[in-house]
Amino acid sequence: MDYTQITSEQQAAMLDAIGVEDIDDLFSALPEQIRFGELLDLPPARSELELQRELADMAAHNHGPHDMVCFMGGGAYDHFYPVLIDQLISRGEFLTAYTPYQAEASQGSLQAFFEFQTQIARLTALDIANASMYEGATAVAEAVLMAVNSSGKRRVLAASTLNPDYLAVLRTYLDELPLELIELPAVEGRVTADAVRRQMDDDTAAVVVQSPNIWGLIEDWNGCFGAAHEKDKTAAIAVFNPMACALLKKPGECGADIAAGEGQPLGVPLSFGGPYIGLFAATKDFVRRMPGRLIGRTIDADGRPAYCLTLQTREQHIRGAKATSNICTNQGLLALRATMYMTVLGKEGLRETAQQCYHKAHYLAGRIAELDGYGMKFDGPFFNEFCVTCPKDVTEIIEAAKRRRILAGIAPHGRRMGRIGEPNDLLIAVTEKRTKHEMDALVDVLQEVGE
Amino acid sequence: MTTITEVKPPTSGGGSKARASTRGERAVEPLIFEKSVPGQRAVDLPPLDVPQAELPDELLGAPVELPEVGQHDVMVHYTHLSNRNFSVDGNFYPLGSCTMKHNPRINEWAAALPGFASLHPLQDDTQIQGALRLLYEVRCFLEEISGLDEVSLQPAAGAHGEYTALKIIRAYFKDHGQPQRHLVLAPDNAHGTNPASCAMCGCDVVQVKTVHGHTDLDDLRRIINEHGADNVAAFMITNPNTAGLFDSKIAEAADIMHDAGAKLYLDGANMNAILGKTRPGDFGADIMHFNTHKTFSTPHGCGGPGAGPIAVRNELAPYLPIPQVVMADDGSFSLDRDRPKTIGKVRSFVGQFGVLVRCWAYISACGPEGLRNIAEKSVLSANYLAVRLRRVYEMPFFDPEHGRFCAHEFVTVPKRLLDKGVSLNDIAKRMIDYDVHPPTMHWPVHDCLMVEPTETESKRTLDRFVAVMLQIAQEIENDPASLAQAPTDAVISRADEVAAARNPQLVWDR
Ligand SMILES: Cc1ncc(COP(=O)(O)O)c(C=O)c1O
Repeated sequence: MDYTQITSEQQAAMLDAIGVEDIDDLFSALPEQIRFGELLDLPPARSELELQRELADMAAHNHGPHDMVCFMGGGAYDHFYPVLIDQLISRGEFLTAYTPYQAEASQGSLQAFFEFQTQIARLTALDIANASMYEGATAVAEAVLMAVNSSGKRRVLAASTLNPDYLAVLRTYLDELPLELIELPAVEGRVTADAVRRQMDDDTAAVVVQSPNIWGLIEDWNGCFGAAHEKDKTAAIAVFNPMACALLKKPGECGADIAAGEGQPLGVPLSFGGPYIGLFAATKDFVRRMPGRLIGRTIDADGRPAYCLTLQTREQHIRGAKATSNICTNQGLLALRATMYMTVLGKEGLRETAQQCYHKAHYLAGRIAELDGYGMKFDGPFFNEFCVTCPKDVTEIIEAAKRRRILAGIAPHGRRMGRIGEPNDLLIAVTEKRTKHEMDALVDVLQEVGE
Repeated sequence: MTTITEVKPPTSGGGSKARASTRGERAVEPLIFEKSVPGQRAVDLPPLDVPQAELPDELLGAPVELPEVGQHDVMVHYTHLSNRNFSVDGNFYPLGSCTMKHNPRINEWAAALPGFASLHPLQDDTQIQGALRLLYEVRCFLEEISGLDEVSLQPAAGAHGEYTALKIIRAYFKDHGQPQRHLVLAPDNAHGTNPASCAMCGCDVVQVKTVHGHTDLDDLRRIINEHGADNVAAFMITNPNTAGLFDSKIAEAADIMHDAGAKLYLDGANMNAILGKTRPGDFGADIMHFNTHKTFSTPHGCGGPGAGPIAVRNELAPYLPIPQVVMADDGSFSLDRDRPKTIGKVRSFVGQFGVLVRCWAYISACGPEGLRNIAEKSVLSANYLAVRLRRVYEMPFFDPEHGRFCAHEFVTVPKRLLDKGVSLNDIAKRMIDYDVHPPTMHWPVHDCLMVEPTETESKRTLDRFVAVMLQIAQEIENDPASLAQAPTDAVISRADEVAAARNPQLVWDR
């Protein structure tokens, strides 16, 4: 089924109107030598019923948080979201529209994006936010590029405690440009204001610090950003988790000029890493430097409130090589999802969710720390993720937990995490979804394997 | 078979939108913040089942001022907002270069299967064999469709694919002792993302002239000579090009680039027109990106998520981003990170997985005959519209008498109508009154509309569109000034975009 609707009878009539006999006449501009004469070597077309079977079968070959208990984090978290969100987001009027270039035909998505921008600005305690980036890592990279381009400076200081994927992407984004990337060392799992100060110079464009960081630890944003601001026009970039912002100090409360982060915790399914949504907020000084779509509130010809894409002269379709970014298609539907999530959870619901994450993570950390041979890797404060040291290589522990249908956490020493820790480290994330019963079950596994 | 030749003027109703018909009396939808009532909630959580931990004051932030709304009012709010949108589901949406085709719902069902939607991106390969198999198969499908050797599924959208591809080209030349190749050539009608992606890679862009919508190959040669072949990295071209034309000299362009030691980059935004008819690898492209949200019907979602997989020739494959999904001899699948020459990572995790599930479902439903039929029907529909409209809407690049057809889209510069004193914007806004989403505007040339009907629209819809466009032309004949009022029948009248940019209000501050 290829979903076309033109019958052969209609096709004949249309060809006749065009004045050709054969459909291939319309392809006459393709020279014979480059025409593909055969059929593509692809599996044959299947009916929907067959596809449902095949897809269900492929999905059944996966195990994960749907049939296991998930304590994995590392930048993607197994949070709860209400059914209502799936129902609302499935509406064809949202699903099948595109970028709202035509304001009068897109007031629905424009108003929702305006509400999203407002919520993200409030969540980060900054003045403005855009309508989304691809995902967390590219959002961070674009934040750094914005800081570089608006300051004209060339050195970037990034905490070594950033998510390793974010650091890797930052390296990719900076390496072709005449810029220098310096990684700030950590002490006890966190960077210090002193480390920032030691590296600061007049050419420093940005100081990038993630909190909670890759170990789950809450960084000293205030101190680090204070050190950054000792120089003129150095941007303090906070890499944030929106769930943590519902409870802890927000980027803007700690002196950040720009905030970038992964929006997946805001009601976005884990979906094996994507599609997610990059969040991007800044002080109003950056309004004409922002990457991506911005929605503005205006009026229509009758003076009534209306919404439209704005400041488009920043963007690639007008500015070409001088645009603030190359981003065009962003993550619109995920921005709608996130705004729906924030609305459905609401002021109290989101804070309560974040509180439960905090209390549950601390309960589990406390119980594990009491086990023989186990301990907390670091002493610093954390939100909903923490690293423990285990009595043996953590792969053995992870395997044992799997047999009990538990995803015990992430091995920071693994390839996927860029080998940042020790072989005995286990990074554990806890969301509001985890019950005491599930956490106790993990503790039992750790105890048994540890003996 | 009936052909629609007349449409009722919009004031007589019709269309699916809930509307107030008198200007100035349209309903305003209050912001969700204006609907907030302190203490209201739409959802609750189970009680905390563990003791509370201490939370030091110095860590605590102020509450976030999110709206407080009951569940029913949330439902009403977003339902109202949805009613204020045009969409492929509700309207003809011939937005050129965007391929706004039907979005099959089995694709949505598939992406939402718990065995896909719940997977954590850092799980072990052994637990996710089904997901990896699906990714591997999408990789193989796109390799076959492109006629190229290896595909990376990672890029998040077309522009991100461009960026990734240019990084690969740069890495290739560095590795081959030619780091000075920093110039990227692109036609003057290239999509804005092309030069913007170059800039982000530290490449300089040189514009190549187009004549009658086609790249001027003499100018291409001249530029290469002028700047020195040794300094050129690539030529970025779209085929069918952004004027909606197949480039019959594409293979020659490829030869010119290869003689210069440079690469041909294909912007695959318009792949819909050539699926199964010709393959980029066969006409000389070395590297390309796809837009799954265009060609493979993954929904546009008010502006994403899409995906921008890239395909490359073998010589460029070592530089692809990590991780890459691979199949071992025993038929098991894994994510390979052992690529010493990789450009590194371009995003976190593995890509827009949920989008790629939809892509798999779509290609599998269509099969090879279906894909070729899609190309044929999309080209048929565009040429049909062009032929029926061109007496009234001039088309600079369309001349069927001389065998110059369009591909899957056409460009009109309606000069005669504009000469009557209306603006292109007036025409576009009037289309909204007739329930048609306006086409792409002012690109690739000024004062143009770029119309792409796609293959999934019925002849009835195409005929209605012709009738609408002819009626608008008639309105311009009769009373050009009236179009300045358009849209008269949308949920708002014309939005003041100039005021929005002069004094940007990007957040609600009350
Ligand atoms: C010709 C062309 N190239 C590139 C792009 C960029 O693709 P995306 O919006 O997916 O980043 C587009 C789409 O808008 C396009 O039409």
